[in-house]
Amino acid sequence: MLHVARLARLALADDEVERLTDELAAILDAVGIVAELDLAAVPPTSHPLDVVNVWDDDEPRESLSLDDVFANAPARDGDLFRVPPTV
Amino acid sequence: MTPLVDTLRLTAEEALGLVERREVSPGELHAAYLEAIGERDGELHAYLRTAEISDGASIPIALKDVISTKGVETTAGSRILESYVPVFDATVAARCKAAGLTLLGKTNTDEFAMGSSTENSAWGPSRNPWDPERVPGGSGGGTSAAVSAGLAPWGLGSDTGGSIKQPSALCGNVGLRPTYGSVSRYGVVAFASSLDQIGPVAKTVRDVALLYSIIAGRDASDSTTVELPEPVALPETDRLDGLRIAVPTQLESLDAIEPGVRAAFELTLGLARELGAEVGECDLPTSYRYGMPCYYLIAPAEASSNLARYDGVRYGPRADAPTYDEMVERTRDDGFGPEPKRRIMLGTYALSAGYYDAFYGQAQKVRTLLIREHREALERFDVIATPTSPTVAFPVGDKAADPLAMYACDLLTIPSCLAGLPGLSIPCGLSDGLPVGLQLLGPQFGENLLFRTGHALEQAIGFDTVPVRWREGSDPLGLTPADDEGSDPTGLTPEDTP
Amino acid sequence: MTWEPVIGLEIHVQLKTRSKMFCRCPVGFGAGENTQTCPVCLGFPGALPVVNRRAVEWTILLGLALGCEIPERAVFSRKNYFYPDLPKGYQISQYDQPSCVNGSVLLPTAGGDRLIGIVRAHLEEDAAKTVHVGGRAGRIGGADFSLVDYNRGGTPLVEIVTAPDIRSADEGKRFLQLLRQTIVELGISDAEMEKGTLRVDANVSVRPAGSAELRTRTEIKNMNSFNFIARGVDAEVERQIGVWESGGEVRQETYDFDAGSGRLTPRRAKEEADDYRYFPEPDLVPVEPPVELVERLRSELPELPATRIRRIEAALDLDRATVLVTGGLDGLWEETVAAGADPVATANVVANTLVGAGVDPAAVSAAEFSRLVEARDRIPRGAFDEAIARLADPGFSADPYLAQEAVSDTAELEPIVDAVLAANPGQVEAYRGGKDGLLGFFVGQVMKETQGKADPRIVNELVRAKLAE
Repeated sequence: MLHVARLARLALADDEVERLTDELAAILDAVGIVAELDLAAVPPTSHPLDVVNVWDDDEPRESLSLDDVFANAPARDGDLFRVPPTV
Repeated sequence: MTPLVDTLRLTAEEALGLVERREVSPGELHAAYLEAIGERDGELHAYLRTAEISDGASIPIALKDVISTKGVETTAGSRILESYVPVFDATVAARCKAAGLTLLGKTNTDEFAMGSSTENSAWGPSRNPWDPERVPGGSGGGTSAAVSAGLAPWGLGSDTGGSIKQPSALCGNVGLRPTYGSVSRYGVVAFASSLDQIGPVAKTVRDVALLYSIIAGRDASDSTTVELPEPVALPETDRLDGLRIAVPTQLESLDAIEPGVRAAFELTLGLARELGAEVGECDLPTSYRYGMPCYYLIAPAEASSNLARYDGVRYGPRADAPTYDEMVERTRDDGFGPEPKRRIMLGTYALSAGYYDAFYGQAQKVRTLLIREHREALERFDVIATPTSPTVAFPVGDKAADPLAMYACDLLTIPSCLAGLPGLSIPCGLSDGLPVGLQLLGPQFGENLLFRTGHALEQAIGFDTVPVRWREGSDPLGLTPADDEGSDPTGLTPEDTP
Repeated sequence: MTWEPVIGLEIHVQLKTRSKMFCRCPVGFGAGENTQTCPVCLGFPGALPVVNRRAVEWTILLGLALGCEIPERAVFSRKNYFYPDLPKGYQISQYDQPSCVNGSVLLPTAGGDRLIGIVRAHLEEDAAKTVHVGGRAGRIGGADFSLVDYNRGGTPLVEIVTAPDIRSADEGKRFLQLLRQTIVELGISDAEMEKGTLRVDANVSVRPAGSAELRTRTEIKNMNSFNFIARGVDAEVERQIGVWESGGEVRQETYDFDAGSGRLTPRRAKEEADDYRYFPEPDLVPVEPPVELVERLRSELPELPATRIRRIEAALDLDRATVLVTGGLDGLWEETVAAGADPVATANVVANTLVGAGVDPAAVSAAEFSRLVEARDRIPRGAFDEAIARLADPGFSADPYLAQEAVSDTAELEPIVDAVLAANPGQVEAYRGGKDGLLGFFVGQVMKETQGKADPRIVNELVRAKLAE
């Protein structure tokens, strides 16, 4: 559970971990019934739409103004986004 | 000041007529709705915020708060997007603007559209206009409550596993979840990309069809959209001659369906036969046993990835922390409520090394089965009919503590969503004084067929979309067809009541 | 025991499309920070990717040049991880269904042709640029904060993965030079390591020579020149041999190569070990390149560098042929030889004098160049060098240079030779003591005294004769 929380970048409090552990166990029990089916011969569907080759020509279009880029930024430093150190 | 228009009963088509005939200006209409909101939304909390000024040439519209609106805060019902003001319009918002529609406000939603009651909104739940002690459904409870209470002529919702259809059923209005790929998702805060679709909510099938014609069609910014194979046709006919309607045999044994819901559904099937339709049985064995498990693997998996961008770097609130990693973990812990956290955890788990094949991979294969069995049924029949929701609106707080009970609300709406098929919910009667929804499912891009079917049934059912408690004396425009209908607890007009 | 290195390379090539991979923001150096960004490449809520068609076509073109099969269907997936340079929390990348698979590249070597397998070449988006500010001695670990510029984020990137078929650092370097030249000639990337448009990671292991086993490998990152790659790989090979020979065990690790010290520093292992939770990108549809497209691209392929090396090698030797081809000089060489010049002499002049003078080979008239090469010993050295330097001038003619004659009159040159020998008694003694290499020194001094006008062949003979006296 902590490994998954770490992968998902969620700093969960201890009581939250406990509650989620119980809840997820129940949910996994309920959804785990998909394992009953023998689907070895069935192809997976990742998309309900049967369409291929949707693309765009390589023609640049206008980017955002810097005002728009940083309109919602929690920490702007010049024209850069500032974040706490990565280690 | 007495408003020029009583919005409670007004359909979008009627409102458009008023504006076209210049009986009311767009600004006056907008003001009338704001007045109604001021009057009734304190109780309902359908809106998170309203736009005070009308800037369009036509009638107003309410947009679910997952739809990006340039310059207007868009939070998706989440603290992690508190104060986030998009710098661009979602394609659907832009198309509404281009059609002259003015933004009336942003409506409440379960956080990131995850839920079936709007109780998961970080900004507090919305209430059902038919009974404010009950939920309006979700996640689009805000839009449905607004339409039902006359706080908007129409609105847009988003539907991943039932978020348009289910609240429409619980609030007694018409909602369309379009065919996957027919409406652009660009600019709509993503929940589960292979399932999300944007769709209209209104008081009538014709209104829904009209709004659908405004938003549908290929968008170069969304690679998963296509051109509609045929133009949208506003339904006219009130007959269903030759239409083949299928009812899944599996409904029989689903205990979750309340007797009152079943009764209204059966009555409606009878009406369909009277209108000339044939009603037969189809078989959807995988859908009702494995549809929900399949959905609750695929949707959270995609959600866990879609919600990874909320990291406090480029927008949204940021938690104070000494390192990037801690900042991201605390920002997300503070910003996400319990339901998104649950689904992020579930989805991350389903995709993680060693579990992918058993969970996500297996669910993708179940999805193939669901597509196949719907296709087979729709080769023999034109539409599939089921109740939209197994229950009517339930009391606020009833299921909030039990995720699995809440998930079960979408038992009947989920399978067709996984199959990418369109679904229309129309009100088909009352049970214990609360609306019951009829779900009509069609083939891919079969919206016109659903509109024709839904419209004919709607005429026959004669459901009064105004909540019973507000019917007395609410008819300044004389739009109520019959005087004695207003107090009919079944919601059916006398001549249609068997 | 003799050890054999087993090396595989992962090469990232930034495509020089005009717009980004999944949005139409312009791509290019020198733009102001964050000015080439939009809702898509900033990962704003609701923004969606749209594939750049040219990037797909170029990936297929590159795959064809690498002898790859082009599968009927390619699928973009999401690679999920958190880093400030990754705005969506995932990178869109082809994963289990890439655009190009199962190729091989012919690498001409002195020992014959080597085939380097290409496992795959796939298309993905580049990350943004993060700068770490403050802290102790610029170490990331001690930074006060980091700054992010999303301009580069979303630039199309092709990742080429070779089989572990490379057997020495030098072979790796040759392979990369050949690959780089192929990419440049396809016109799909500048492929410049200094600019980061070509990036190389190496997977290195060693095994007893002759065995077929694959031992634990390590990964070396951050090598930003061909020579650093060779040095980094050599250093790692030596380290691993040392570990095995002292009875130790090589551990799977990732190293950064520090060019300054020539040292490898291990990266801190991340606790969640790479669990990227790949799944098909639901915001995109599959790519199924039509047969006509693949065949058109195949027909557009130029003759590949490796083939050209083998072809011109017959008239030269492998090293000269390789230098010419990987330097993009073989075209001029061929035309010049066709115009009548000596193949080896032309190769030497092209690879040394011409490149040294910074002349653009594409702007050179092969006919004039050919006349110069043929007259190289007859005309004064200084005139020859000057003519080469001006080869690319518009309307260049060799005539004025060819009109000059080198001084070959021994009577005129003898006193100068005598004077040079008299002025350097120490060197003369050393030469006579067996230091043959000093011959060039004396010849050079004489050439200098004559301002490059002497015929070097005559000077050579004279100096040799005088010293033998």
